[in-house]
Amino acid sequence: MAELKVRIWRGDAEGGAMQEFTVPARENQTILDVVTQIQREQAPDLAYRFACRVGMCGSCAMEVNGRARWTCRTHVKRVAQPGETLEIRPLANLPVIRDLATDMAPFFDKWARAQGSFQPKDAADGSVPAEFAVVPPTSKKRAQADAGIECIGCGVCYASCDIVAWNKDYLGPAAMNRAWTLVNDVRDGGNAARLDAVSGDAGCHSCHSTQTCTERCPKNLDPSSAIAGLKRTLFWDSLLGRR
Amino acid sequence: MRQSGTQLWAIQRITAAFLGIAVIVHLVTIMIAVRGGLSATEILARTRGAELWFAFYAIFALCAGLHGAIGLRNIAGEWLGLRGRGVDALWVSTGLVTAAFGIRAAWGLYHAG
Repeated sequence: MAELKVRIWRGDAEGGAMQEFTVPARENQTILDVVTQIQREQAPDLAYRFACRVGMCGSCAMEVNGRARWTCRTHVKRVAQPGETLEIRPLANLPVIRDLATDMAPFFDKWARAQGSFQPKDAADGSVPAEFAVVPPTSKKRAQADAGIECIGCGVCYASCDIVAWNKDYLGPAAMNRAWTLVNDVRDGGNAARLDAVSGDAGCHSCHSTQTCTERCPKNLDPSSAIAGLKRTLFWDSLLGRR
Repeated sequence: MRQSGTQLWAIQRITAAFLGIAVIVHLVTIMIAVRGGLSATEILARTRGAELWFAFYAIFALCAGLHGAIGLRNIAGEWLGLRGRGVDALWVSTGLVTAAFGIRAAWGLYHAG
C-alpha cells in the first residue's frame, strides 16, 4: 500500500520538535484521519483535539503545511501532492498545551472582551421579553448579521492574523465578527459598550484589511468586512456625535 | 484612549483623502511650472502674497505631519512593540514638528521679500 509521510510537532509550552511518521495513503482521507491513525496505531500519547468530525464544532483546527485549516474537512489530496510530506503543527498565535492541542482560552476571552454576548434591549435583567421581536429577513441589518452568524469558533482566522501576532491584546477577527453580528442585531441594547470595546489599538482600528481571515475562514465568512463595518459605524457615530 | 483610537483612525483617513488630492495638485503644478525652466524668481512670483497657495501648503504640511506621525505610531506599535502614552507624546511632537517645518517653508515663500 502507498505510504504518506507526516511530520508532526511534538512538545509543550516549554518547546518541542517535529517527529516523523508514516501512515497508509488512502484515496479518501482527511488530515484528522491521518492524525487519528497516528494516535491510535503509533503514538498513543499524541495530544490533539476534535469532536464532531463534520465541520460543526470548530475544535480540530491545526496548521497544515503552513496554513491553519479545519482538519476534519481538509482532504490530504487537497493540500499535498502524492509523495509530498505533510507537516502538521498546533495553531499559531495561541499557547500550546501539548503537541497539536492549543489553549483556546485567550481566543474566547477576547470574545468576552469584545462584548460578544447578546444583551437583550427589552429585558435588561435577562428575562424573556413580553413580545417577540419582528426582524424582517430581508432587512439590511438582518442580512449583515446573517453574513457572520455561522462562525464555529475554530480559531483559524485568529491563527492566520498578522495583527494578532504583532499585538497580543488585539481582539482578532472572530471576536470582532461576533461583535458585528450583534451591532446589527436590532434586539440588542449593548452597542455603546460594545463599540467602545472594539475600537482603538486592540480593536478594529488596528486591522490592515489584508483579509487573510476572510481567505482562510473554512465557513467562507468575511470577518474582514465585519471589521470594516465596525470602523465605518464608529467613524460616523463619532463624527455625528452619536456616541 | 478608546475614543482616541477612533479619532486617530479618522484623522489618518481624512488627511489621506486630502493628501491624495493635494499631492496631485502639487505634482501637476511642478510639471507645469518647470516647462520653461525653473528659477527662484519664478517660484516667488507665484507664491509671494498668494494666500491660496499659502493656505494650500499650510494644510498640506499639517496633514502630512499628522498622517505620517499616526502611521509611524502604528508601525512602531506593531513592529517594535513601542506603545503607551509616553510614546504617543513623542509621535504627537514628531507630527507637529514635521508640520511646523512645512508651514514655516510655506510662510517663507508667502512672505519672501
